[in-house]
Amino acid sequence: MKSTTTAFIDKLKISEIISGVPHGIAILDRDLCVVEMNRSLELLTGLTASEARGIRADFILRCNIGKSSKQFREVLETGNSLSVTGDIITQHHQKSPIHFTVSSLRDDSGKSAGLCIFLEDISVLQSVDGKESNLDGVKDILGRSPKMLEMFELMPVLAHTDASILITGETGTGKDMIAEAIHRASSRTRHSFIKINCGALPEALLESELFGHVRGAFTGAVKDKPGLFSLAQNGTIFLTEIGDLPLSLQVKLLSVLDDKEFFPVGGVKKEKVDVRIIAATHRPLRELVRRGEFREDLFYRLNVLRLHLPALRERDGDIRLLLDHFLRQLNTDLGKSIKEYTSKAIEILTSYHYPGNVRELRNIVEYAVHICQGKSVKKECLPEYVFSPQEDSGTVGEEEREQPGAGQTQSPGSAGGGWSDIEKEMILDALKKTGGNRTKAAKRLGWGRTTLWRKLNRYSLN
Amino acid sequence: MKILITVRKNWVAPRFDLTSEVVIALCEDQHILGSPRTILMTRPSAEELCALIIKEGINTVICGGIEDRHLQYLAWKKIRIIDSVVGPYAEALKAAIAGFLQSGTILPGAKQGVPKNE
Repeated sequence: MKSTTTAFIDKLKISEIISGVPHGIAILDRDLCVVEMNRSLELLTGLTASEARGIRADFILRCNIGKSSKQFREVLETGNSLSVTGDIITQHHQKSPIHFTVSSLRDDSGKSAGLCIFLEDISVLQSVDGKESNLDGVKDILGRSPKMLEMFELMPVLAHTDASILITGETGTGKDMIAEAIHRASSRTRHSFIKINCGALPEALLESELFGHVRGAFTGAVKDKPGLFSLAQNGTIFLTEIGDLPLSLQVKLLSVLDDKEFFPVGGVKKEKVDVRIIAATHRPLRELVRRGEFREDLFYRLNVLRLHLPALRERDGDIRLLLDHFLRQLNTDLGKSIKEYTSKAIEILTSYHYPGNVRELRNIVEYAVHICQGKSVKKECLPEYVFSPQEDSGTVGEEEREQPGAGQTQSPGSAGGGWSDIEKEMILDALKKTGGNRTKAAKRLGWGRTTLWRKLNRYSLN
Repeated sequence: MKILITVRKNWVAPRFDLTSEVVIALCEDQHILGSPRTILMTRPSAEELCALIIKEGINTVICGGIEDRHLQYLAWKKIRIIDSVVGPYAEALKAAIAGFLQSGTILPGAKQGVPKNE
């Protein structure tokens, strides 16, 4: 019977028909062994069709239905299709909710020849706790400032095109969230959204991660491994920190963008991909192009649509909105019942310049929620560095400029007036008042402990 | 070295969390000491299986698909996991003792015999 099924499948060239379907499909013979499976199922299971062929399907699918094969057999015997929700363990060790549709396959004489199992990944529709997920994703991004409203208007337009997008903006502005929201609002939402940080891996590893490798390509490559471009087939690949992508890989990426195909590492057969690329960086790409560190052609290829995320300090009124949002969220997460910020705390938090943007703001609120023992966040609950926002960056620059001159004109601590003497006096005064306690003295001076320690060294007060 | 294999009939069970039978073998110098012991679980549960693995002082676990949280937990407990193995468990045990078994291995016996239906 197996040979009949195989002949039937060969005739239809079933593998080619099912390969383009964006859901997992397995064709089984009457013994419930795998005869054919498509690319989507290969990606879910981590096994190729040739590896899986001839092995009973439940050992390949690792699903929680048809454990005793009873359900599969019933379909085979009765011919009635079965539609059931269950789960599988993917190659990445994730339990993924799947909607299974099992239907019977008949040969020319009408006899049951095997089964077709259709696996639809419904993880997009179900979050882990069973709540319905936010499909458009934009609701996760908060902002009422004109700059953000402008961006919210632009996002659906960007989502409905298929061109590459370049997202720029300072660190912590939410480039990743925007990329994911665009993917969710796009027609590719039912397929994968794969994110890779181009600066996180060494060049050779990054190439293998992005484009995959074939068996024997290098030491330790014991089997074919699909790259992230293959895994993102029909979906979106998000290349974050694109400015850190090595030049050699920039060429390969450019060819993927142009030809939509590539060679896996060590491979001789080109792989075709249909993937939308969203890239992001906090580095000035034009400047990198000028310095020869980023390919100009790739820059223009990625820069088809550009989205610049405003820094938090440029978003009028959003700081307060985000402060309240994160307070509510962290109250729930950490089981606290803090109601508000005091007016003094709000004044400090809204005037801080947030070099780390929304990420930093969230960290500040998290710090305050952990520290706060009462019902409202007071000034004392805030981290020390928010009291001297310009101090950290300013001091380093100031010291860098001052040090050579200071060495030439006067030794530290020598009389001669000027800011150094005043600063030294201030430090001594603070130390006297706090009984030599450096933490308290630093707090009194509005500095971090490290700054005080550096200045004590500079003035030989240690 | 103490090896535990999650088993369904005579094959490595396809899922760790749905396993209701395990085989424990004691090995030394690439040989099995005595006969492997079979334990039937009262019900399939990944948490109970993890507890059993710790209680028995297992060094290596051979299994099929396993969720990340259980994989991480067992790795944290310094237990070696050889997962996503497909094929007869006796063959898997032999390969593990010889040091050839790796995660994702499809054993030669996997295609030679279909396990009997339960």
